[in-house]
Amino acid sequence: MDGLEEIIGEFLVESHENLDQLDRDLIALERDPSSTALLASVFRTIHTIKGTSGFLAFSVLESVTHVGESLLARLRDGEIALTPGLTSLLLEVVDAVRSLLTSIEHSGNEGSETYDDLVARLSAVLDGQQPAEPAAAAPVADAVEGIVQATVEAVEVTDAPVTPVTPVNPEPVVPVAPVLEVVPQLEPAAAEAVVQAPVEEDHGEGRRSVADSTIRVDVALLDSLMNMVGELVLTRNQMQQRVATREDVELARTTHRLNLVAGELQEGVMKMRLQQIDTLWSKLPRVVRDLSMQLGKTVDLVLHGRETELDKTILEAVRDPLTHLVRNSIDHGIESPADREAAGKPATGTLSMRAFHEGGQVNIEIVDDGAGIDPVKLRDKAVAKGLMDRETASRLNDKESVNLIFTPGFSTAEGVTNVSGRGVGMDVVRTNIERIGGAIDLTSEPGRGTTVRIRIPLTLAIIPALVVAAASNRFAIPQANLLELVRLDATQAATAIETVHGSPVYRLRGRLLPLVDLREQLDLPDVERETTYIVVLKADNQQYGLVVDDILDTEEIVVKPLGHHLRNLPGASAAPERSGQRARQAVDTETVYAGATIMGDGAVALILDATALARRAGMSPESELGAGTVTGAETGEAAASILLVELGDGRRAAIEVSAVDRLEEIERGRVERAGHHEVVQYRDQILPLVRLDHVLHGDGGHPGLSTLQVVVCRQGEQRAGVVVAAILDIVETTLDTRTPLDSTGGAGSAVVSGHVTELVDISQVFAGLPSADRLARTA
Amino acid sequence: MSQYCTFTLDRHLFGVPVSSVQEVLRAQGLTRVPLAHEDIAGLLNLRGQIVTSLELRSRLGLEPRDEGAPSVNVVVKTPDGGVVSLVVDEIGDVLEPSRDSFETPPDTVPTTIRDLVTQVCKLDDHLMLLLDTERAVTPGGTS
Repeated sequence: MDGLEEIIGEFLVESHENLDQLDRDLIALERDPSSTALLASVFRTIHTIKGTSGFLAFSVLESVTHVGESLLARLRDGEIALTPGLTSLLLEVVDAVRSLLTSIEHSGNEGSETYDDLVARLSAVLDGQQPAEPAAAAPVADAVEGIVQATVEAVEVTDAPVTPVTPVNPEPVVPVAPVLEVVPQLEPAAAEAVVQAPVEEDHGEGRRSVADSTIRVDVALLDSLMNMVGELVLTRNQMQQRVATREDVELARTTHRLNLVAGELQEGVMKMRLQQIDTLWSKLPRVVRDLSMQLGKTVDLVLHGRETELDKTILEAVRDPLTHLVRNSIDHGIESPADREAAGKPATGTLSMRAFHEGGQVNIEIVDDGAGIDPVKLRDKAVAKGLMDRETASRLNDKESVNLIFTPGFSTAEGVTNVSGRGVGMDVVRTNIERIGGAIDLTSEPGRGTTVRIRIPLTLAIIPALVVAAASNRFAIPQANLLELVRLDATQAATAIETVHGSPVYRLRGRLLPLVDLREQLDLPDVERETTYIVVLKADNQQYGLVVDDILDTEEIVVKPLGHHLRNLPGASAAPERSGQRARQAVDTETVYAGATIMGDGAVALILDATALARRAGMSPESELGAGTVTGAETGEAAASILLVELGDGRRAAIEVSAVDRLEEIERGRVERAGHHEVVQYRDQILPLVRLDHVLHGDGGHPGLSTLQVVVCRQGEQRAGVVVAAILDIVETTLDTRTPLDSTGGAGSAVVSGHVTELVDISQVFAGLPSADRLARTA
Repeated sequence: MSQYCTFTLDRHLFGVPVSSVQEVLRAQGLTRVPLAHEDIAGLLNLRGQIVTSLELRSRLGLEPRDEGAPSVNVVVKTPDGGVVSLVVDEIGDVLEPSRDSFETPPDTVPTTIRDLVTQVCKLDDHLMLLLDTERAVTPGGTS
């Protein structure tokens, strides 16, 4: 269905409803002609239909309602009094409108009837004449019969059917001409009215009219229906589990049927709650227009995927974030026409929005072709605002930098406008999106524009979840957070998981994945595990592995809120101190549970909030590798995660994990040369290799090794492979025993794990390297 | 004259108005909530509704129940229209003591109990402590 048809459809439904009301109002009005409220209501209804029909270019409908409206305006203003004759005329208008609507509904146009006579008669009344009762009675006998009979005057003049207008209350200035004009047009109109009647009936049998095929339903009713369907799904799950243990074929068959019906019912009810995103978007053109006018910019709004449907609750939840993002794009993103032309772009900016379904989620993209976001500026801002120190900021790559915009208290607007830029907003946007289980991501190319991607679930009420176990408790994890599952047996776990100082890390395809033990986070007793199950989760733009005892099943769960006793669970700080040696990063009192659900066997299971769990484990959203817990916080110096490596001559060195992208093993044969540098082709890029021995002025090469141990480091957008003899471990340490001793390539030495270890200043490593671009050209 | 639903906790007899009790459940599987306050016994499935269960012994500052000792869930209505379950040792009779047998709690009643007990009812052979359910189910009252 295209946009216009849809608008017409809505117009028809609405108008049909209004017409019924109009009928009742007019009849009531006749009994109580002095009621201004009724008159106002009638006037409004006709006015609405007139307005919309004008907009939709239904000219006949418009002209009929227009004169009807004018007449009603006179009535409303008390200029003329309502007589039964007038009421009939008005009812005739209603009938005309109704038949026009029917015609529009079936054929898409107004049909051949032009209702000129009706318009003329109405105009005549407007010109000061009283309507003729018989004229109304004769041609449209059915519609106005009752009124005619009730009107004594009308009965008296029925002898003269060809005189349509009889001035019952003759005034001196009755123009005669218009009255006569009306006469010849009257008969064909009557004839057509008769012919039309059976045709309408045919239509009625053939297909349901729009007004009959839709009903408006209270959202509360839908919600309660949804709840009941939720219960049904739960009961079905319970039943299925029971049936699986029995050998009753008949019962199994019945259950299967129940399963199908419940599934379809669930889908149907869910569909009932779906609304097109256009119900939100339809307000945007106005927002964009007003805002761009105000700011002296010209912006084209392009909308794709208007028909994308999502749950009403979710639609409501994204309303404000979306509007905010649009305002932001126009205010901060798109430049003034002069600036745009100076930058060689068309003066008119484009803001395009795209909505589509993908993988059971709804994606919404907001793309502008404005100035984009300067990552350097954001980093500076973050430092200036005291959100992070310069060192941390300098390690952020550009993508991480632009996503700083979501940090609470962050605003880049140099001047505060009344549109946006008051420092609240983007963090609230993210909070709102995440509250409904969505994720938001921002990419920007300075000078080219900004793209914001939002992914939100289709519905909130029933979600697919993974059921895991920890210490005989079952927990549900929403599938939306789930990336993959890893199973390690005891021997694999021993080598694949590096655990030092409570900061376990798993190398998932060479990438360091911080591990979070569910038992530990929930203060459940520790246990020796035969098999380690890692649930790889994504939350807050970061990934981590949740270590659980067992992975049980996937199940459709109905999310139920927790009672107010459990809304604000005490965080670790408030919990009794366990053993005292572990000081957790301060956790706010946010609960790690997103709700609870009832499992197939009727037991209650808690739903884990992956984001809250990551926060509780002390992972900072800024650093992908910011793993684990903080130890030795009492020394006052912040602990750092460092990667311990060995050099060719047996010396040890340490690289900060936050600068480490991945750990790779690269075959010696893949190493090529570009200029004076050793390079390797790595992920469609040329990765320069740096021998850490050379940086630290060591003597050792790496004799005879067929593979090189490479630590891929990152500084901003630049990457380099640091070649070491061996990768030893990842440790958390405060580096309190420090000396300035080093071999000019490092940042001093410290005692780490009982060995003197040189600290590598990663910027030193990058200092001697050509940029990736230059390297590409050299090659 | 009003009726009171009675139950025992660590040898004390408690009573709550019958009108505030929705139902009494025996042998309910509770789902523990890690990290939750110690007053919270867990969650139970009451015909599809998830109900928070409070350990009344802990709420009143009494000794914890012996491992494996039986317990009963008394589901009471909360002021906000919901329900909360109170875990007690044993359910007793419904009593209908005369109005003049009530008194304010004497000093002999431990303070932790007195906070949640509005009145004491003198029965023939022992005392019934009238529990203020509204306060008992209000979170954070003990901290």
